[in-house]
Amino acid sequence: MEYLIGIQGPDFVLVAADNVAASSIIQMKHDYDKMFKLSEKILLLCVGEAGDTVQFAEYIQKNVQLYKMRNGYELSPAAAANFTRKNLADYLRSRTPYHVNLLLAGYDEADGPGLYYMDYLSALAKAPFAAHGYGAFLTLSILDRYYRPEMHRGGERFILNLPSFNVRLIDREGIHDLEKLTLASFL
Amino acid sequence: MALQDLCNFKDIFLDSIPTFSLPIGLPLSSSHSVPLPFPMSHGTTTLAFIFQGGVLAAADTRSSCSGLVACPAAQKILPIHSHLVGTTSGTSADCALWKRILARELRLYQLRHGRRLSTGGAAKLLSHMLQPFKGTELCVAATLCERSGPSLYYVCSDGTRLKGTLFSVGSGSPYAYSVLDQGVQWGLTVQEAVSIAREAVFRATYRDAYSGNCVDLYHITSKGWTRRNREDLKEEYYREKERQRQKREEGETLHDISCVHVCVSVHADSIYVWSTVQDVTML
Repeated sequence: MEYLIGIQGPDFVLVAADNVAASSIIQMKHDYDKMFKLSEKILLLCVGEAGDTVQFAEYIQKNVQLYKMRNGYELSPAAAANFTRKNLADYLRSRTPYHVNLLLAGYDEADGPGLYYMDYLSALAKAPFAAHGYGAFLTLSILDRYYRPEMHRGGERFILNLPSFNVRLIDREGIHDLEKLTLASFL
Repeated sequence: MALQDLCNFKDIFLDSIPTFSLPIGLPLSSSHSVPLPFPMSHGTTTLAFIFQGGVLAAADTRSSCSGLVACPAAQKILPIHSHLVGTTSGTSADCALWKRILARELRLYQLRHGRRLSTGGAAKLLSHMLQPFKGTELCVAATLCERSGPSLYYVCSDGTRLKGTLFSVGSGSPYAYSVLDQGVQWGLTVQEAVSIAREAVFRATYRDAYSGNCVDLYHITSKGWTRRNREDLKEEYYREKERQRQKREEGETLHDISCVHVCVSVHADSIYVWSTVQDVTML
């Protein structure tokens, strides 16, 4: 099952997604990137039904970039999140709803870091931490117990049964790739 | 959608019913009387992988139709243009149609822009064209080799589009994957790659009821695609039997001498271990 997680710190947002692209029982790819870069400081993580994820995420990505080209400045994370939610809601009651679960993470100069949780019914919530997938059941309780708003970088550990993860961090300077986590790095 | 716009064709079926009702007689492996253990329709085995000599694509040639072999000599790898080859899996008619539409769109692009569309672009075009038809059972793995380097994309009618170095599609794909995963590396020679691909399809056809008959092999390099002669897997089966028979005979002659005898004799300063293996190991 696919997995996403996001944690907001005092001046950064840390996000991670698993790397598997599966088709029923076969793993078709082990190094699939589920994060879409909407702008210099906004990342969209997208899981769900096979074609819907890429179609919807790329649609949002191109529209956010178009906004920047037309108006000369980028959408803020809050605006991008609401734009995404609006699109998801509009398609929900059409003949072709998108079955996708999203996490939108971004850093705004004025508002600071923000993490937005969105599900396929287009519910939007700004949260200090969020996760999607079966792994969410396990990690949310851990985060509930141990999360502190003033957490500094490097204080997180995940115990999951997926082979590898892409981890990225967004802060004032933009999006940074952290090392890819594999099972070996926990042993 | 390109075809619709061209013909001013209004698809009344799409508007009236939410999902496609599949016509009878489709080459799907799901026969209603015997349920499948897992959702793996597409009665075929196709595979493609990238190595230092380009891209190799292989497929079986059995076209099945709910338990009947409709055609033992079908063609599951369709060339799209001189440097692009697509493997097909799923409904034969759908695959053939969409490959032709893709070929037409790529040719139009080439004429309009003066250069060929890249594989990624071709794969994206195909996946966008298929997107309104999410209910159909079409599943393709497009392969291409370009001057800049070989690339391989897997495109499926459910919207998946993945770039990779090794893909196998169809009901026989788990069997093919197990052979390919252990044998395929970048540094294979063309001969080795061909034999691995042939072996993978053979193993899949051996176990999977819906794959069989012959194997088609296409090799794509920067100069274009070349097709090997269609090989009947029955020959491969007999060669395999022959190899096993020879191995059994060798095993029997060894057995005649003795079972594995290990004698340890201790000399003054060294220990010798004797066994029925050719060499003597000194410890």
